[in-house]
Amino acid sequence: MARVTHLNVNGVERTLDVDAEATLLSVLRDQLDLTGTKYGCGEGQCAACTVLIDGYPRHSCRTRVGDVGQRKITTIEGLEKNGELHPVQQAFIDVDAMQCAYCTSGMILGAVSLLDHNASPSHAEIVEYMNPHLCRCGTYQRITEAISLASKRIKEKAS
Amino acid sequence: MSGEKASGELLQDTIVEVERYEARALPLHHFAMDRRSFMKSIGGGIAILIVAKDALAFQESGRGGFRREEMPRAIDAWLHIAPDGSITVFTGKVEIGQNIRTSLAQTVADELHVALDAIEMVMGDTQLTPFDMGTFGSRTTPQMGTQLRRVSYAAREVLVGLAAKRWNADSKMLVAENGKVTDPAGGRSLSYGELAQGQLLAQDIPAEDPVTSASEWKIAGRPIHKIGARDFVTGKHKYPSDMKLPGMLYGKIVRPSAFGATLESLDLSGAKAMAGVVAVRDGDFVGVAAPDELTAERAAAAVKAQWKTTPQSSSKVLFEYLKQNAESDPQEENRFRQSKGSINEALSSAAHRVDATYTVAYIAHCPLEPRAALAEWNDGKLTVWTGTQRPFGVRQELMDAFHLPEDKVRVMMPDMGAAYGGKHSGECAVEAARLAQAAKRPVRLLWTREEEFTWAYFRPAGLIEVKAGANADGMLTAWEFHNYNSGPSAIATMYEVPNQLTEFHPVKAPLRQGSYRSLAAAANHFARESHMDDLAHACGMDPLEFRMKNLQHARLRAVYQAAAEQFDWKGRKKQPGHGFGIAGGIEKGGHIATFAEVAVDRASGEVKIVRVVQAFDCGAIVNPDGLENSIAGAITMGIGGALYEAIEFDNGRILNPHFAQYRLPRFKDEPEIKVVLVNRKDEPSFGAGETPIVGIAPAVANAIFDAVGMRIRSMPMLKKGVLPSEA
Repeated sequence: MARVTHLNVNGVERTLDVDAEATLLSVLRDQLDLTGTKYGCGEGQCAACTVLIDGYPRHSCRTRVGDVGQRKITTIEGLEKNGELHPVQQAFIDVDAMQCAYCTSGMILGAVSLLDHNASPSHAEIVEYMNPHLCRCGTYQRITEAISLASKRIKEKAS
Repeated sequence: MSGEKASGELLQDTIVEVERYEARALPLHHFAMDRRSFMKSIGGGIAILIVAKDALAFQESGRGGFRREEMPRAIDAWLHIAPDGSITVFTGKVEIGQNIRTSLAQTVADELHVALDAIEMVMGDTQLTPFDMGTFGSRTTPQMGTQLRRVSYAAREVLVGLAAKRWNADSKMLVAENGKVTDPAGGRSLSYGELAQGQLLAQDIPAEDPVTSASEWKIAGRPIHKIGARDFVTGKHKYPSDMKLPGMLYGKIVRPSAFGATLESLDLSGAKAMAGVVAVRDGDFVGVAAPDELTAERAAAAVKAQWKTTPQSSSKVLFEYLKQNAESDPQEENRFRQSKGSINEALSSAAHRVDATYTVAYIAHCPLEPRAALAEWNDGKLTVWTGTQRPFGVRQELMDAFHLPEDKVRVMMPDMGAAYGGKHSGECAVEAARLAQAAKRPVRLLWTREEEFTWAYFRPAGLIEVKAGANADGMLTAWEFHNYNSGPSAIATMYEVPNQLTEFHPVKAPLRQGSYRSLAAAANHFARESHMDDLAHACGMDPLEFRMKNLQHARLRAVYQAAAEQFDWKGRKKQPGHGFGIAGGIEKGGHIATFAEVAVDRASGEVKIVRVVQAFDCGAIVNPDGLENSIAGAITMGIGGALYEAIEFDNGRILNPHFAQYRLPRFKDEPEIKVVLVNRKDEPSFGAGETPIVGIAPAVANAIFDAVGMRIRSMPMLKKGVLPSEA
């Protein structure tokens, strides 16, 4: 059985020894203790398990760890830099854009990717991009608001 | 777990229906020690305990009841001020996304006169917190909130008393503020921690202590954001499914092929041959545990099991089934039947008469975190971390399953990924514990989404028959309402009707069913408020005017008026394909009015909810930010049951147990939501986790009728995502 022995996670080269058939989700959570990435459906339908692979959102529940190779994985634990939250994380706090917050990690990573590729998304663009993410508590309106706030702050900081 | 008891039967035993079991559960907590030992065990300081109301008869009454040395038998909650000044609140309630960790801490900080961040909440741990029936029924704010306020008031009085004694001063001249007792005249102060030093003071209080009225609240009543939010946005918070222990194995259950199936033959050899795998059979329970999740999945797949099934009902004939299988227990019938006036005469003489039947499908809660549990056995003692609304109920299930006394089982509930009424039961905890017992190692079990869809329980389906009449002036004269299976919550009309017959008919249910956010209130409001809309049209009246004409309840009238104003009901302008609908009601101390605008594309059948205004009054508001969040969330969740969600089943199997086959509300389905909070500081605070869900379905149904003239009397209203060509 093929094994995977290296993964680049949150800018760190991690060594491990896992079956290549295992899901990236289970390896992150169970082998690397990065439990911020959540299981929601195992079917790529809720996006709670979203991580960024080379900057793009991927469902880690549907990603074989053997298919990742040397690509760079970013999980929710990798967004905070030197004690400072990513503007999207900060905006989620400031808008109180969570209830049970189980979807929050995936939501934030999806939003980070959106803003990386489109610094000024319209409301319709946010809705379109975020639609694969499920929040059963129904916090969509606030999440949209938080993403707009983060977008505004990122632009202000850049100018 | 007994050998002959199938897991299926075990699950059946735990069926819960709040309205019924709420009444019979009793506080059972015992402190098996005297006050002095108890205080020593918690390191001294000051402890204030609130005695359960039912137990008061057995208590000496009055503040400072120290005449007995033993601890009170039944405690609802308690608060501890340690000699280092830390303040800890112990309650059996649990945090499931409704943000009571925040709102309860606000209440304590407010009454104790300390900063919010000085409070630590210990919740839902059967070893540390007093017995609690569970977190359901919107009881936390009205009951636990009030009790903690009384506890905090008593603690403040004790602290002032200690300072007065120390200074030989008049306690009336002292002020407790900002975590200190101050003597303004003497220019001296002592912190709560300093006052708690050297104390071994445990005091129980009766439930009648005065509390600060809402108009004087300083920390309660403010829009405080979720406590610990940083841990949630950084992924640090540990949910039940994130719990881990050294040497832990990963569990997987081999499920029966259908509900109620029994094991005919079993071959575990393939699973047992795998390295590190433990395979268990106990009656009809079959499961494996393995060193990692992938191996556990492979081991479960390697199990060869043959199941014997029995023929069962189907969702295709669900509503005929409900009508035909109503239970005819005369005592139950009396309990759920209410009447006044002469219903038959009133119906036959009504100037305007509307009769109709409404249906409500089975739906699933779909908390994003499925059931999860980590179980560990240590010297015959069982410890389980699990996601549940009833940690003490789960403890009881574990005690029953493993024949253990209370002190051998500890259940802990880390703040979990939601429940919505769907996690009252402990089946996942029992399963993890059974695997851990066999493996002699800790086992974590996380149900798959398919398991959560199949082996949890559902919101009851319902069939509702309504006959109603009004006179020529638009006054209601007759109201007959029969609900089969949904439940009796909010079944009584809040409108004035002289002749009424209302009855709930329990049914031998075809699926395992239990509580769901608002219980049957959503179904009963859907039928009632749809029917009210029909009657308004029959009478040729504006739907709001018709309701107001037949409504005296002042607080409900007030939320209707508040929502109408915000929505601009009077100024609404018809556009082609657009429609406007309203609905309102009262349940669990909440008063709700929901106004909706929909856009219907008759050609494609697509329905889009454009905007929703919802006014809500649940008394004095403890946290307007959390309340607004919860109300918007309930509206969104309600859209699922209103338009899309339905469990399909046939012959003991769920046919659509995946998000790809079971549509939930998503970003694109979200209307513009405007919440109007009606803050009644002169009224007691009630919970708001449930009632805000009841208005959206009828408001949308009424708006669809307004848009295209089609009356949809089923939840969900859409079939395969679109409006049916005829109702």
